[in-house]
Amino acid sequence: MTEAASGNGAQPGGSAFTPDEVMRYSRHMIMGQVGPVGQRQLRNASVLVVGAGGLGSPVALYLALAGVGRIGLVDFDIVDLSNLQRQILHQTADVGRPKIVSAKESLLAYNPHVTVDTHEQPITSDNAMEIIAGYDIIVNGADNFATRYLVNDAAYLSGKTLVDGSILLFDGQVTVYKPGHGCYRCLYPAPPPPGLVPSCAEAGVLGAITGIVGSIQATEVFKQILDIGEPLVGRLLLIDALTMDFRMMKVRRDPACPLCGDAPSIHELIDYDQFCGTPPLIVPAEALEAAGGAPA
Amino acid sequence: MAVTVHVASVIQKVVGDQKQLEADGSTIAELIADIEARYPGFRAQVADESGELHRFVNVYLNDEDVRYLGGTGTELGEGDSVSFLPALAGGGSFLPALAGGASFLPALAGGR
Repeated sequence: MTEAASGNGAQPGGSAFTPDEVMRYSRHMIMGQVGPVGQRQLRNASVLVVGAGGLGSPVALYLALAGVGRIGLVDFDIVDLSNLQRQILHQTADVGRPKIVSAKESLLAYNPHVTVDTHEQPITSDNAMEIIAGYDIIVNGADNFATRYLVNDAAYLSGKTLVDGSILLFDGQVTVYKPGHGCYRCLYPAPPPPGLVPSCAEAGVLGAITGIVGSIQATEVFKQILDIGEPLVGRLLLIDALTMDFRMMKVRRDPACPLCGDAPSIHELIDYDQFCGTPPLIVPAEALEAAGGAPA
Repeated sequence: MAVTVHVASVIQKVVGDQKQLEADGSTIAELIADIEARYPGFRAQVADESGELHRFVNVYLNDEDVRYLGGTGTELGEGDSVSFLPALAGGGSFLPALAGGASFLPALAGGR
């Protein structure tokens, strides 16, 4: 179910940069905070992006442009015409195709020096730990609460840093969950009842806000890989695109958190549809066919 | 005690499509009651029937989550800012607030 693809067979990590790569990454490599050493760190890094939609598109795109060596994508959806207002990895000719396929093609077209792993299936309690285990950093671009709690729990239980972003209407939220410094459950202990908080499909979303939030998520990934700057750990960035106000709130580790608190009760992944009170995921037939069978 | 209230987009409809409003109260509970009196339906967006804040809505006094202060009993001061922030699930350069004092913002010329 997992397929790795590299545009030119380059092996991330080991070999010296080619003249083409040196030129390509020169604007990064001349910065003292990156340099050739940092660029190699980027090439040696692996990042999993959950969702190849509004947020996943700009995140994965900037990771690829920057030369992050291995990018994993998880998605099972099909490109719809209504996606093209914001999901920049997909184009008009991709309508009807699996997002994972058009996303991989776009990323490799932008930078053939990176490797793109595709996971053409929904991320579930059955496969999340296995998928996440293969990556250094996890990025959440999911579009529903069940997947958000699932990815949060799996990242924490795997000891991985999670770069989280969400959007709706003209608002965006971004933060970074590092194990031991709070998690999504600390921020929001319980999901809203189904139907109370609308989705982007129900309420709408400004296309460009996905670029703002996704670019910030990508920036936080780079900071984690390069170990530079002050990460959004313990801080929640709120973005209001209408006023262009950026405000910062504190995120604390909740000692009573069932996942990362002092006496945790969650030690393995649970049934997140049940937890969120949502119906089980319905996978489009085209996605099932593209994935080669029933989802895990 | 007049405080400034920030309301996330998703619940702005119940307060007349305002992003920001002034409200009175010496505690978070009184503040919610004041807003509810003017905009019926607001309380249900942020709290249950017993008055407990929903666990999927965060309320911040300035930049601190009131769950780590005194919950709905958190006391408010003149000039405070309170934000109501529901969880968002959509997947669909930060300039910090310049709060007095000297700040240096270099010109950014890079375009590519």
